[in-house]
Amino acid sequence: MALILNEEQIMLQDAARNYLRESAPVSHLRQLRDQGSIEGFSRELWRDMADMGWTAILVPEEFGGLAYGYTGLGIVLEECGRTLAPSPLLATALTGVTALTLAGSKQQQAELLPAVAAGSHLLALACDESARHRPAQVASTAESVDQGYLLQGSKTAVVDGHIADTLIVNARTSGGISLFLVPADSAGVTIERYPVLDTHAAARVIFDSVKLPAGSLLGELDEGQDLLDRVLDAARTGAAAEMLGIAQEAFARTVDYLKQRKQFGVPIGSFQALQHRAAHLYAEIELCKSVVLKALQTLDEDPLDAAEAASLAKAKLCETAHLATTEAIQMHGGIGMTDDFDIGFFLKRCKILEHLYGDRYFHQDRFARLQGY
Amino acid sequence: MKELESFRKETRAWLEANCPESMRHPYGSEADACWGGRNWTFQSKDQRTWLERMSAKGWTVPAWPPEYGGGGLNSRQVKVLKQELARIHARPPLESFGVSMLGPALLKFGSEELKKQHLPPIARGEIRWAQGYSEPNAGSDLASLQARAEDHGDHYLLNGSKVWTSYGDLGDWMFCLVRTGFEAKKHEGISFVLFDMSTPGLSTRPIKLISGKSPFTETLFENVRVEKNQVVGQVNQGWTIAKYLLTHEREMIGDSSQLRAGSIPISQAAIRALGTDNGILADSLLRPDIAQLEMDARCFQLTVERARDEVKAGVSLGAASSMFKYYGTELNKRRYELLMSINGSDSLIWEGDAGRDGYLPKSWLRTKGNSIEGGTSEIQLNIIAKHILGLPG
Repeated sequence: MALILNEEQIMLQDAARNYLRESAPVSHLRQLRDQGSIEGFSRELWRDMADMGWTAILVPEEFGGLAYGYTGLGIVLEECGRTLAPSPLLATALTGVTALTLAGSKQQQAELLPAVAAGSHLLALACDESARHRPAQVASTAESVDQGYLLQGSKTAVVDGHIADTLIVNARTSGGISLFLVPADSAGVTIERYPVLDTHAAARVIFDSVKLPAGSLLGELDEGQDLLDRVLDAARTGAAAEMLGIAQEAFARTVDYLKQRKQFGVPIGSFQALQHRAAHLYAEIELCKSVVLKALQTLDEDPLDAAEAASLAKAKLCETAHLATTEAIQMHGGIGMTDDFDIGFFLKRCKILEHLYGDRYFHQDRFARLQGY
Repeated sequence: MKELESFRKETRAWLEANCPESMRHPYGSEADACWGGRNWTFQSKDQRTWLERMSAKGWTVPAWPPEYGGGGLNSRQVKVLKQELARIHARPPLESFGVSMLGPALLKFGSEELKKQHLPPIARGEIRWAQGYSEPNAGSDLASLQARAEDHGDHYLLNGSKVWTSYGDLGDWMFCLVRTGFEAKKHEGISFVLFDMSTPGLSTRPIKLISGKSPFTETLFENVRVEKNQVVGQVNQGWTIAKYLLTHEREMIGDSSQLRAGSIPISQAAIRALGTDNGILADSLLRPDIAQLEMDARCFQLTVERARDEVKAGVSLGAASSMFKYYGTELNKRRYELLMSINGSDSLIWEGDAGRDGYLPKSWLRTKGNSIEGGTSEIQLNIIAKHILGLPG
């Protein structure tokens, strides 16, 4: 598979870029924040995204979807990164749909996927129990009881937990880890929204003796760890795609600024100290484009073997998008520190994504383990 | 597609019949590389046979037109040929600056007469070329070169010197940047000329490197006669050709440092030297650096692939070759620094069988030149800043 986009994908990229530039530029995020938005995204924008089919990109055709693949959705997420457009695309349309298509029963799929594709049902993966991402360390339990399970435990840093209709939860079962679909309004579920630094929000979720019917089990009993890893690898790749958009946009704005800003009577971009840092960053971003595309294509073509590419992409993008956004602040100088100027929004959103589903240290370690050291 | 498959079949059969068994192994040492030329002594009968058969087929330069000794293959066929050669681990039949550097420049800028004269002997490995670019006072600022070619009617007389001539003592002919315009701005008085290195007045002096080896010479000119019909392109317009050729050189350097990096995965070297504990490298400090290097190398390799795919789809590489040169050589330096750390005091052994005659420390020292030759890393960053990012100054 050639590491380039095909014509159809380029058309999708253009369409997404034009739409987002028009309807959800960075000022859209700023407006949500200034209005004190509780949900952290615009339902109107979300309806548009659903109308354009973005919510249905991964959904199989039999459930009203487009079955267009991860590369397509990754392209859209990258564009969302460029304008910092907030939406449930990553949590619902990528992560949630991946879990349902990989492991959902026909009944679960028929119940949820058409609504997800239509944009009327939101999903959230609730898997972290500690502040640092350690998806294999699970204390939550789901005890087998009469005709179902009893879920006990708590989760933190649940992306879109405060708006989700259905939570996807991992818990310890008698012989391993299992995943469950938990309606957010189930008795015993407490969702505590908390604001995070990019004006999105996340949630802590507490499960206090939540009764789940047998049909809420997602996939095989006790076989949930492998499934969770596959879902996470898709989510990590999606996060990397969004970070690629952030890195490129922060860099483009910085290079523009270097050309405009004058000090000592010349554009500061004529100084070699800044030129070399910008040129190095250019090289790193070129590497990022390749590794994100590779990870997306691997999810489409070789999904059972996507772990290495996903960790590689997430680690590299954590490193480089971080560099791009921190260099952006430094090279913008004082104005970069002001809230009036947009560049700081990129730094904040990037930091959220750096922590999401494993930071660079987590993925560097995982990459090494996958290589046998 | 069908045609390509039958080409693959024919190629496989031909290689099977024509590549000598002893040529189907990677180089054991530098001496195994065949550079050809008037003074070349073949290491073995097989080495000669392999070169002769491949050049008769035009496959030392598979993409060149047949009238200049090439194979006339299209880019897909060239790729198939490379894959089939790799499949049997075949050695390159010929290493040559004529093939990798001068050839592309002659094909693009040379007159028909010069192409006919020089390309076929390059393809056959009969003439070994040396590069005359850098001078003692013209390194990164290459265009300030001073080797002076004065007009004497039908020829020039060349005086001055070049430095960092790779294998200058073994070269038959030199492609050389000389100053022919003395009043013009520095970029506008340079010509790209060709001459036989046995011309009277030319001498070479070896340069001994920190690795103990002498792969470069200084090359001195004292009234060396250069024929006017050996100017490539227009007089005083040589800088354009020089830059074109440098992009090829950069791709080659960036590429080859990666090939070397690909030979033994560094993680395997680390596991062998340091051991593992429950599947984790038994050195918790080196481990993250090794992983970071391997990840960067993998991302770089993917970027080389992506660039090739883009070129195939019609996007030109252009100034991006500077990015590959910069990143590839810096990666290679990091790799050898880590290999030195992994091997501890064993990496210091300079001679004797235990250290394979200092193979590691000598290679480590050699990599320091990767980010200097063909334009330093800093020059590559300048090119990216100005020509890709459009930064001023």
